[in-house]
Amino acid sequence: MARRENGKMEKTQTTLDSTLESVDKAEAIVMEEAQKQGFDEDEQHQIGMAVRECMVNAVVHGNRYNNQKQVHLDIEGLEEGLAVTIGDEGAGFDLNSLPDPLSPENLMRQSGRGILLIRAFMDEFDLHPRPGGGTEVRLFKKFSKS
Amino acid sequence: MSVKLTSRQVGDVTVIDAAGRITLGEGASAFRDMIRDLAAKGHKKLLLNLNEVSYIDSSGIGEMVSGFTTVTNNGGQLKLVGLSKRVKDLLQITKLYTVFEAFDDEAEAVRSFK
Repeated sequence: MARRENGKMEKTQTTLDSTLESVDKAEAIVMEEAQKQGFDEDEQHQIGMAVRECMVNAVVHGNRYNNQKQVHLDIEGLEEGLAVTIGDEGAGFDLNSLPDPLSPENLMRQSGRGILLIRAFMDEFDLHPRPGGGTEVRLFKKFSKS
Repeated sequence: MSVKLTSRQVGDVTVIDAAGRITLGEGASAFRDMIRDLAAKGHKKLLLNLNEVSYIDSSGIGEMVSGFTTVTNNGGQLKLVGLSKRVKDLLQITKLYTVFEAFDDEAEAVRSFK
């Protein structure tokens, strides 16, 4: 069973500082919500890791640790699964500029695997400009059918 | 908990026992420092024991790749042992199973070094 009994929709919004502590905090908040929603341990881990990678991108690459900028975390329990939106206040990001981490020439690069992992662990991944500036990523994980 | 790293010798193989989380920040940098330090001291046969590692993120994977390059460029070898299913999945997703030689059994891993 991976679906909430009451199917109740809930949305929480959290604003976080541009620090690595916020990465841990966001991961913990979302994993707790995923557990409440009925996702199993492996699914919680996958969701947590996807959120962690998004948060790192927002804090490190988006906001560049700028303490004047914040990260916006929205979590929404839906009928079909859990939606998480993470927005930064950075300069924006072009997904097409990212080298393919699975290409032989990129396999030994130190970085550039975060989005690959997010896509592997989540059912939906959408990256778009955030209203007002920055980048927003929406993640969605479906409830399993069992 | 961040990562805890200790090293021990098994014959001429240096086994690095890692425990905890290898993630961006303290965990990944501690791991990088350890590998660089061992390579600089001339250790050429390194076996990374991940048996007690609960979590690795993309930064941790990046440090493992970087460590592999450092050791290899130094004429050595870096191999892995004790991978959990989750870590094995990460190596599959990132195709790094084609790079890292991984073992389930430490004795077998130690014997594999030439």
